[in-house]
This record gives sequence, structure tokens and C-alpha cells, in this order.
Amino acid sequence: MNFYGYKRSDGRAGIRNHVLILPTCACGSETARIVASQVRGAVNIIFNTGCSDVQANTDMSQKILTGFACNPNVFGVVIIGLGCETVPHNKLCEKIQSMTNKPVVSFGIQDEGGTLKTIEKAVRAARELAAEAGLQQKELCDVSELLLGIECGGSDATSGLASNPAVGNLSDKLVDLGASTLMSESIEWIGGEHVLAKRAATPEIHNQIIKICADYEAHLKAAGQDCRAGQPTPGNKFGGLSTIDEKSLGCIRKGGTRPIVEVLEQAQRPTKRGALVMDTAGYDISSVTSMVATGCNAIIFTTGRGTPTGNAIVPVLKVTANAQTFSRMEDNLDVNLSEILDGTLTIDGAGDLLLQKISDVLNGRLTKAEAYGFSDIAVDHVCRFV
Amino acid sequence: MTNAILLDERDNVATCTTPATKGDTIKILGGREISCVEDIPIWHKVALRKISCGEKVFKYGEIIGEASRDIVAGGWVSHENIFSVPRDYSSEMI
Repeated sequence: MNFYGYKRSDGRAGIRNHVLILPTCACGSETARIVASQVRGAVNIIFNTGCSDVQANTDMSQKILTGFACNPNVFGVVIIGLGCETVPHNKLCEKIQSMTNKPVVSFGIQDEGGTLKTIEKAVRAARELAAEAGLQQKELCDVSELLLGIECGGSDATSGLASNPAVGNLSDKLVDLGASTLMSESIEWIGGEHVLAKRAATPEIHNQIIKICADYEAHLKAAGQDCRAGQPTPGNKFGGLSTIDEKSLGCIRKGGTRPIVEVLEQAQRPTKRGALVMDTAGYDISSVTSMVATGCNAIIFTTGRGTPTGNAIVPVLKVTANAQTFSRMEDNLDVNLSEILDGTLTIDGAGDLLLQKISDVLNGRLTKAEAYGFSDIAVDHVCRFV
Repeated sequence: MTNAILLDERDNVATCTTPATKGDTIKILGGREISCVEDIPIWHKVALRKISCGEKVFKYGEIIGEASRDIVAGGWVSHENIFSVPRDYSSEMI
């Protein structure tokens, strides 16, 4: 299952060719939005961090920003900074240029003398990048260049029974073809971590998976918090999921059954191919943000309750096995897998269907969230703002 | 027509695939039946036998929680009557 994509000089393949307008901090976000609205082919994100932060949070923000810029779906980057943020635009620009040789330019609102002057220069720069991006031809890319992010959000009991096993089947099929898949949301391994750890390719990976869950609980406990107070969410409970354990045992099925060959920190670029896992929050928007920064070029997202979410850089394909949810929210959901629970579609058959749907997205078919231009992000924090 | 799914023989709950009303006979995939003793929403769990306070609740063949009060056979199992038990991570290391 090869696909037509955009080959990047670092060897990776994009399935989109965006010009990314990237704010360094919250204060640059509105200017970035206006610049993107002026140029066809440009996308922007709204960034809520980047200033008044402790070092660990700054490190996380920088990993997300540089990871977004390096994502293979991005052709070039226009950075919009303010001038007094923790890491100024020219420093971020230098850092990104040291990681990739795609075109990157940057502007600072204080240096330029306000937003209008910045917008004028940044729109010209973005226009030139978009014009240049239009000349890049799609080429046949090997399926091994696919890194599929696997996410779930707004889960109910149908997720663990049907849509997650179906996506797990897809993951197995892709790994067998030579592609990589990445499952995250480590707080939603808790209660099922002993089952997930059985998939570890080595004893070290087995223990890494257990330790991530232990550390997650300990981290929250140190702040006087209990992960079980926020998980499951009220919507999960209404949808029939009573404990974090029950939710997790359903969640981990979306990762399939193949050996886990690498455990990643948030936004860390993989060094191996195959089934991968990453330590992220269970908050779906934050988890997708970290998967995009890691370099996922496509994301599949299961839901039971229904969600509109999308990402500016990476297409998010949403699937549900809840027939009522699909009929209520069809305009936000891409694939209906409810026949699994009617007993008329097997998990293997659903995996085949999803393989075709993902193939279409890789080759350019817009997902619904992508067609609407949705661009949710949430940057994980390890500590309060200061 | 079945209207509940049993995932593993060790489980003491099944997941309703249609809403169940008190007095209904719930037909479980695989052939078993249980009489429903209270209304249960779609996708929620029915107890397949009496689950006593303090007893573990199994789904997927794994522990999903512990009963915080007695649950009768055919009763609704939810976040109101089961809770998550802390993990013993150190025992899981190899």
C-alpha cells in the first residue's frame, strides 16, 4: 500500500504540503491567524504558551513548536514572535533551521512596529512559500514512510468493544506492510498496563510501560491529585465506562497486537519502525498535538460520544461504532463501524475498510475536520504557569 | 436477537447493546439469559450474578474495579457501585 506524497529532504514523506504560520507564544497567535487567512495553502495554530513559564514547560513548548515545523506535512514555516517571550522568534528560527532544511523565516511584532507591519511582511513571505510549494510534485512513497497516530476521544463502551479493536486490526495490517503506528495516552493504560506490557518486544520495554503508569500516578499524587478523579470523564461514565481500568482495557485495543518496539517521550522522533507507544496525557487534543510534533503524517481517531476535533497540520480521520452517534454527528465523523455491533461486520473486515479509508486520506482525500479547517491544539504542562 | 455482549468467560458483567427495562429477559451473546431487575441504559453493564460488596468486577477477563455495595444478578453495574482499585506496579515489573 504505497501512496503519493511529498518527499522531504530528511527522507520522510508528507501527505500534505502546508505553509505553517507558527506563533512563538500566545501574543503572536492572532497575527499568525490573520496571515494564514490571507494566503491559500497556509495554515496556522493558536498557541497558548511560550511565556512566563518554568523551564520544563518551556522545554515542552519548544518540542511542540519545533516538532510542528519539522512535521513532514509542512513545506515551509513563517514564524511570528512578539519579542519578549521566553524563546524569541529568531532563536526558534535558528533551532528549526538546525533540525530541517525546509524554508523558515521569522518576524517579531515589537521589532516590526506592530501587528499591521508584521502582517504585511509575513503575508508576502507566506505568499512566496505557498507559490513555491505549488511546484512540488507528489511522488510514489513507500508505505514505510507512514507514521499513523492512533487516538481515541469521547469514548463510550462501544469504543472498547468495536472501534478500538477495528483500529487495532488496522494497526496490525499496517505494521505487517512495513508502516509504523503510534499509540499514546499513557494515563489510559492504567488498569490495562499489564496487558499492554505483554506486547513489549523486550523486557526493558515491558518495564518502561509499567514505569510510565507508576510515574504518572506518582506525579499527580505529589501535587495532591488523583488521576481517578478526572478519569473516566463524565461523558465516559454516561456512555457506560465506570472506572479508569475499564476505559483503559478498551483504549489499549486500538494499538493492535504487534510487538511494541519503542517507547517515546512526548514529541520525540522515533528511531524504529513498527508498533510504537508514547507517554502523553489522556486528553485527546494534547495527545494529538504531541503525535503531530513527533512526526505523524496521519491520525485515526475513534470516538463513541462524538467529537469534531481536527488538526491544522495532520488530517484526523474519525471513526465510531456507535450507530446513534454516527447518525447524530455524521457531519463530523468519517467512518461508521456500527455494523460490527450489529454482528454484520467482522473486526478483520472493519480493518480492511479502514485500510482503504486511510489510503484515501494519504493520497489526498480530505477528512471532514480537515475540510472545515479545524486546528485544535493543547500543549501539555508539567507545572503551573509562573 | 442478542442484546448484551459477554467478552470473556471470567466476566461477571455483560454490556447491553440495547436499552434494558426492568423485567426484560436480556439475551447474552453465546446463549445465556438473565432477567433484568432495573432499567439499564444502552452500552451499560448488567451483573450476570450477584456481586457482593468488596468483590472484584471482571470485564475483558480483567479486573475493572471492585463493588462498593452488593449488586444483585440482573442489576445495573456503573460508576455508582464500583470503583477503581490502586495498582501494585512494583509487582508487575519483570
